Amino acid sequence: MSAEPVQVETDVLVIGSGAAGMYAAIEAAREGCRVFLIDRSLIGRGGATVMAQMTVAVALGAEAPDHWSHHYRDTLTAGRGLCNEPLSRLLCEEGPACIREMDSWGVGWARKDGKITSTFAPGHDRPRCVYVDFLNTGPAVSKTLRSAVHKVPGISRAGDLCVVDLLKVDGEVAGAVAWHVGTGAPVVISAKATIVATGGLTRLYRRNSASANMGGDGYALCLRAGAPLIDMEFVQFFPIGHLAPRLIGMDPIMWDPFRYKLGGRLLNKDMAEFTDRYGVPEDGKYVITRDVGTYAILKEVEAGRGSPHGGAYLSFQHVPQTKLREAFGPVIDRLAANGIDLTKMPVEVAPIAHYHMGGVTADVAMRTEIPGLLVAGEAVGGANGANRLSGNAITEALVFGREAGRTAAARAKAMKSTPARPDAARATVDLIRSDPPKDMPNTAAMLTRLQATMSDDVGPLRSQYKLKRALDTIDELGRALGDRPFGDAGSFDMQRLDWFDLRNMLTAARAVTQAASLRTESRGAHQREDFPEMLPQWRVNQAIRLRGQGLDIAQMPASAMEAAAQ
Amino acid sequence: MSETATLKIWRGQPKAQGRWETHAVPFERGQSVLDGLRWIRVNKDPSLAIRFSCINANACKECMMELDGKTVYACTARLEPREMQVAPLPNKKLVRDLVTEIAPPAERFAVKEK
Repeated sequence: MSAEPVQVETDVLVIGSGAAGMYAAIEAAREGCRVFLIDRSLIGRGGATVMAQMTVAVALGAEAPDHWSHHYRDTLTAGRGLCNEPLSRLLCEEGPACIREMDSWGVGWARKDGKITSTFAPGHDRPRCVYVDFLNTGPAVSKTLRSAVHKVPGISRAGDLCVVDLLKVDGEVAGAVAWHVGTGAPVVISAKATIVATGGLTRLYRRNSASANMGGDGYALCLRAGAPLIDMEFVQFFPIGHLAPRLIGMDPIMWDPFRYKLGGRLLNKDMAEFTDRYGVPEDGKYVITRDVGTYAILKEVEAGRGSPHGGAYLSFQHVPQTKLREAFGPVIDRLAANGIDLTKMPVEVAPIAHYHMGGVTADVAMRTEIPGLLVAGEAVGGANGANRLSGNAITEALVFGREAGRTAAARAKAMKSTPARPDAARATVDLIRSDPPKDMPNTAAMLTRLQATMSDDVGPLRSQYKLKRALDTIDELGRALGDRPFGDAGSFDMQRLDWFDLRNMLTAARAVTQAASLRTESRGAHQREDFPEMLPQWRVNQAIRLRGQGLDIAQMPASAMEAAAQ
Repeated sequence: MSETATLKIWRGQPKAQGRWETHAVPFERGQSVLDGLRWIRVNKDPSLAIRFSCINANACKECMMELDGKTVYACTARLEPREMQVAPLPNKKLVRDLVTEIAPPAERFAVKEK
């Protein structure tokens, strides 16, 4: 394994091709930069965007009056006092422009009487969520951005490129070192600005709603490059992920849009509504927020009132067939092919890992602490505090992506040449080319074990005992992983891919678990059974840095909540 | 009584040096062929190469392969308690095992020979 690394040089490197990465690439290219857009999967297919089923929150005011300040207020309320307010504001204020641009690109937002229509989602003070029928928001957003990427000159794209480390030159990020999964070859990419748009970390959990490549790699890359992370303890669980009966070809978060359009009733094993016990009477409407919904279902299961597979029932039996069909058309046929007739039976649902509120610390221009390193989309921490409002994820991806592209372009245009120092990439290139160790445990089984541990011990309901047990398992898996990649660096070596994934996933898992262990209160998505109250003294954000092999966590007061502008 | 799905899988690269490999997978109603392949990776052989991203939603369209001679998405093809033959797409360049080059040409990274 002596192949020389392939060298690539560009103005702006974008890592990740979900909505954030593609919008960033488009914006940087429109500003006149050469852009290299890469993904460890295929371009515009992996990640979370393509999996988004329905809601995109935006104060368009097209159907009925709305203003970004109302959206902002709801975002801060959902965030339980921990939002990075300038980031939240950016999301809400710039959302309409991005949504309208997507509309001009032909995404096909659902319309009524010629106007983009909005639906009501929990936590919003009015109907504010646009969507593409039927259950097609994410695929339509991905496809539209893919077409736009093709049309803007200056963007080269490559899939199957897995970034191993960011390239540091004189304290700045100057690109990345990757390996090409298709051939095993090391690739050194030099760039004037690098945007990490790799999404979140839902793959750390057994049941999750995002793609297999969302293992927190961006968080680990940025940590190793010296950038701090924030709010890592806040993993959003989506309360009504599909549980049973087993379905194929359906996204597990599909019941969210069903509830938006049709209400539906959340029931325990006695077929009784129960959310009122947890302070939110629903009465057939969909009003419960994600943190409270998750808590209510898990507590109901704990009390022995769960559905047979350990969740809750969701019933649309009271909704006539004609209404079901009007709302979801072909989806009703896909359900029938899976043996499900919603007029005759409830389905079972349970919380499922969905989104990460935490992420890389960034300013409103998407700059991290490290010059040359920017972030976008879910990789950014702080905009959603301790609990994300429904519909904010795609908006965040579009707005933050566009902003990151703009900032990256400004930096690239101000630089004469790409910073280059051949030896800066050497350690990572050597790692990519290194021979495997003799003892190679099953990487797919290690991944499964990590997911089980995170689900059982670092899920929505936490305690010191469980968190400690999780850290022990993470340590043990780290020792088993060692410091040399498994596999043979040949074509599409899945063991090697798992090894590099696990290297990042274990770092992300440790960040979540240690931050959760230190936060001795309950807030939003972080619920401690040993510290059930939300405490005013814990209105702090926790910032994480890499120190040696370990993590250093500092606490700082959250910015004071301003009254949202009216 | 527990049932079994038998997956006869084409393995290898290059194409001329391929072989068939058979794995018995515990069958559970409602599983997909992709579920079966992922079970093999976790329980038998992590080196089995498959391309997938969204797992279950039929959103990413990456898990295209040939099942009993027909092109399918492995995530929507149902696993059945019988022998099922799984092979890479015949009309695409083979990468390894069940993985083929399905990206549009402009989105492939070309590793040039020096």
